Amino acid sequence: MIESNLPALQVVLPLVAAPLCVLLRRGSLAWLVTWSATWATAAISIAILLRVLDAGTISYTFGGWEPPWGIEYRVDIVNAFVLVLVSVIGAIIVPYARRSVGAEIRSEQHYLFWAAYLLCLTGLLGVAITGDAFNVFVFLEISSLATYILIACGQDRRALVASYQYLIMGTIGATFIVIGIGLLYLMTGTLNLADMAQRLSTMPLHRPQLAALAFLTVGISLKLALFPLHLWLPNAYAYAPSVSTAFLSATATKVAVYLLLRFSYSVFGQSHVIENISVEAVILALSVAAIFTASLVAIFQDDVKRMFAYSSVAQIGYITLGISLANQNGLTGGIVHMFNHAVAKGAIFMLLGCVALQIGQPLMAQMAGLAKRMPMTAAGLVVGGLSLIGVPGTVGFISKWYLVVAAIEKGWWWLAALVLISSMLAAIYVWRLIEVCYFREPSPELEAAGEAPLSMLIPAWVLVIGCIYFGLDATMTAGTAASAAQSLLEATR
Amino acid sequence: MNALDLINYWIAMMLLVTGLYIVIARGNLVKKLVGLSIFQTSVYLIYISPSKIIGGTAPIIAPGVELYSNPLPHVLILTAIVVGVATIALGLALVVRIHEAYGTIEEDEIHAQDQDGE
Repeated sequence: MIESNLPALQVVLPLVAAPLCVLLRRGSLAWLVTWSATWATAAISIAILLRVLDAGTISYTFGGWEPPWGIEYRVDIVNAFVLVLVSVIGAIIVPYARRSVGAEIRSEQHYLFWAAYLLCLTGLLGVAITGDAFNVFVFLEISSLATYILIACGQDRRALVASYQYLIMGTIGATFIVIGIGLLYLMTGTLNLADMAQRLSTMPLHRPQLAALAFLTVGISLKLALFPLHLWLPNAYAYAPSVSTAFLSATATKVAVYLLLRFSYSVFGQSHVIENISVEAVILALSVAAIFTASLVAIFQDDVKRMFAYSSVAQIGYITLGISLANQNGLTGGIVHMFNHAVAKGAIFMLLGCVALQIGQPLMAQMAGLAKRMPMTAAGLVVGGLSLIGVPGTVGFISKWYLVVAAIEKGWWWLAALVLISSMLAAIYVWRLIEVCYFREPSPELEAAGEAPLSMLIPAWVLVIGCIYFGLDATMTAGTAASAAQSLLEATR
Repeated sequence: MNALDLINYWIAMMLLVTGLYIVIARGNLVKKLVGLSIFQTSVYLIYISPSKIIGGTAPIIAPGVELYSNPLPHVLILTAIVVGVATIALGLALVVRIHEAYGTIEEDEIHAQDQDGE
């Protein structure tokens, strides 16, 4: 009974837990509810992934209405992978978050923070699991509205402005997505993504299909912060509470990337639209631009959270680069980098939260001598930083390996060279941080500070160890990503 | 085809561009939200227009009725309206908080205060 309803429970569980948090009104009780709900959600997602690996695509129909009339949850290997990624990161952050939220958010707002956290998780999981185009929009807005709240909770007043800017740009993006979905509905008469793909494959080319692809691509690119639509991201990540930044950087943009994959491969993959328009070339150019400009800007940041926020824009560039290469290795590299970047950036922002707990907003100058006072935190930051560069033995190396191999397979040596050169830029900003942390005398702020509490260090280090483990043994991550890439490519002509 | 046949779409597109222009061009945070609201509303029209057939009725099987309107877009737009209301409400709440924190809701003045603070 429960086993057959797992896809519904995946979304319903955090959705029901969110109002429960509001009703309880006690910060610690709300935290307990969030803790149980997120770990149960993570267990469900792993169960779903195992079932998909074992038995193939799961189709779950709501209320007994057969698709394409009813709403269908459709889980194949691509979104099973995304579901595990989002829910496991969401679960690991909660035990960490107790101290961090306690220090950064006023105590009477704690239960509201947890409700928003659960709603954001609901939305992200919903986008990933649903097989219905309009459902995608609704869940996207649930997660976005919760995200604006999570960002606005920051202590700095600039968090409010950052949240407002994100609200404006995010809503424009979401509205573009609705226009795209509306045009597709008008052309195909269906909202079921699988049915839509099938009908598009037999239809002659009409201009509204092109317009739909354009609106969807721009709207989704706004959500995933593809250069030059990334302007909302650095401020939002820099001024949001540490917990929000860690959660959003690891999950929110990844779900938007999944949407891009779903629409450009599964829905439009067999249509005549893709043949007539070279979306890949545009995304390729923008990805390379993202990698270089964002890495360059990151080098000159003094606020460490902002520096890693720009680094996120660059790393998203690698993911979309893999998608735009559109061959087996490139797509594998893009998908596995979703996971790898989530683990590395999640770890980094969690460790920066440890720093923030001791000294407040982590600025470069104040983090001088961090290694002497907080050795575990500093060591974790080094491992996370090495992953961003792509040093062998860390997760970043695996993704870049696939990307470079894919570029060489296509005969694009210049692209392989660009990927390697851009890694040097990452090395510069990571080295700046290492130099400050290890080779300077402790700053006055750090003089009295000690190591962060274990309740925060352990979850952060789980991700840090993940950076190394999945860098040495990538059979699980890259293997799943490779079969996901294969299933996406099979769906295209 | 008469140009007037497509008047719904002309109006929707004009509203869409107007809304987007206000969002970009205005510095007042509340006016930006007004623009955003117009922008979203135009999309409702894009959905509703093609689903209405002149002379068509609600899709209930009855003798003598052969022309039906598609109810699904109307239902979708009800959902989209709810989402739009929630977005605008949250946006206005943020503007209230910004006003408390900065004492202004003009974008350039907020920017100037942030520059001074650094």
